[in-house]
Amino acid sequence: MTSTAIIQLFVFLLAGFVGFQTISRIPPLLHTPLMAATNAISGISLVASLVLAGADQSVLSTVLGTIAVGCATANVVGGFLITDRMLAMFKPAPLEAKEQPSS
Amino acid sequence: MIATGIQLAYLSSAALFVLALRALGQPTTARRGMQMAAFGMLVAVCATLVDQRIVSYEWLIVGLVAGGVIGYPLGMWVPMTAMPQRIAFSHAFGALAATLVGVGEYLHGFHEGTLTHGKTVALGFEVFFGALTVTGSLMAFGKLQELLPGAPITFRGQNVFNLSLFAIGVVCLVWLVVSPYDTAFFIAILAIGLAVGVLMVLPIGGADMPVVVSLLNSYAGLAAVATGFALDNNILIVVGALDGASGFILSMAMSKAMNRSFANVLFGAFGAEAAGPEAATSGASGEMVGIDADDAALRLAYARRVIIVPGYGLAVAQAQHQVRELADLLEKRDVDVRFAIHPVAGRMPGHMNVLLAEAGVSYDKLFDMEDINERFSDADVALVIGANDVVNPAARTNRSSPIYGMPILNVQDAKSVIVLKRGRGKGFSGVENELFVSPKTNMLFGDAKQSITQLCVEVKQA
Repeated sequence: MTSTAIIQLFVFLLAGFVGFQTISRIPPLLHTPLMAATNAISGISLVASLVLAGADQSVLSTVLGTIAVGCATANVVGGFLITDRMLAMFKPAPLEAKEQPSS
Repeated sequence: MIATGIQLAYLSSAALFVLALRALGQPTTARRGMQMAAFGMLVAVCATLVDQRIVSYEWLIVGLVAGGVIGYPLGMWVPMTAMPQRIAFSHAFGALAATLVGVGEYLHGFHEGTLTHGKTVALGFEVFFGALTVTGSLMAFGKLQELLPGAPITFRGQNVFNLSLFAIGVVCLVWLVVSPYDTAFFIAILAIGLAVGVLMVLPIGGADMPVVVSLLNSYAGLAAVATGFALDNNILIVVGALDGASGFILSMAMSKAMNRSFANVLFGAFGAEAAGPEAATSGASGEMVGIDADDAALRLAYARRVIIVPGYGLAVAQAQHQVRELADLLEKRDVDVRFAIHPVAGRMPGHMNVLLAEAGVSYDKLFDMEDINERFSDADVALVIGANDVVNPAARTNRSSPIYGMPILNVQDAKSVIVLKRGRGKGFSGVENELFVSPKTNMLFGDAKQSITQLCVEVKQA
């Protein structure tokens, strides 16, 4: 095993642990936005797709890469937009609700 | 120099993603957090564009524009009721990207003669998980969108067949690692991955979808991790691990909320088993007692505490706005209205919360099961809208019931119960519900949207 591979395993382990700790604290209230959000950030495979599509290795690679770029971009764009749309809807009520009748 | 810059940019976007997930822990900070994540994504993409391996840009731009054109409607036009299938569909997209990158990298390595054993392990995993997630998510999408029959599809020896296919996939992977240039095995892994995805979701019914959608989320993450290992790209490993952890946590939470193990959800084909005659006739006796909308409205209008229990029926009828209106009307009469949300209500984690938030119900009125279960005994009326299994007392009392042991909302403790239901049929699991025939309970049959609209009219007049 190369030393790069070992370091990568460390990165994986630590990132997984941080993810587990952070995500365990997210309340069920926000579980749907969480799924949409992780879906959007999993569009990070865009960085790999970009390199494949632009490296000009062969026609097939470029075609595969271009489709991959399209799919990943759709996830990034659609994912962040829909997460934002959802989170904008979660509002705390009390202040507004009490102010309206008095005004 | 440029390479170092790119790595530092990736490092900062990884930090932004972790901070964003932390911000998602509270509704007040969540939105800002996700904007940070979007910025992190932008940083990562811009950094990648200056990578020296990229020599031509025209196809990149084609892909980016096409993705943007597809992504915009997926983000802005999909209604909240369609969220589960929307998420399943985009899992397929993400996994397809990972799979194609895997195939492309394998081909490249094959021609250049640079396939090492280590890289092949990663590529094999990537393609296997990726392919499985693509077809699995499309199947889930089809079932949720009702393009495919929602009931579990089973056949004799299904589990044995699926597991052996899976085992063959693993054998192919091992073989490919031993001799990386055997293309046939690479193609076999791809094909088996695609087949396993279909077969995995076939036996899973509608109510188990929350677990499966979460699990696919996790697999999509693992495919990204494998991509990262194959390409020596740390940002992919970090993000994939976050994604994998998230999917894993959610599927655990969902399984726990149904008191079933992962294995049981994946191999159990719940609906088919539960349809057995013994389970279906257990315990419940008596007649459902109907109620008119005006009587129900009076009872609600003169109650002091009302707890509303929404279920998948609410999403089907798209009645969330009417429910909000009803809650507002009741609150004007000084009725204390709360919503009780079971973890597996709906077809994905948190489905009901999003629908009610969309309708403008503030999140302080949405309560998780643990927080509200004790309050049912104080409630004058519990209004159950299109929920069934999550309020079935048999889960507590009837050992022979297939849902025995599942944590439920204590609706039966309320002073009276009104259940809105489309018809007299059984719930998804095919189990009779004692709650519906209890003397406390009155049934208001009909489409939830119409029933609630009527209730609103009557409450106004009361």
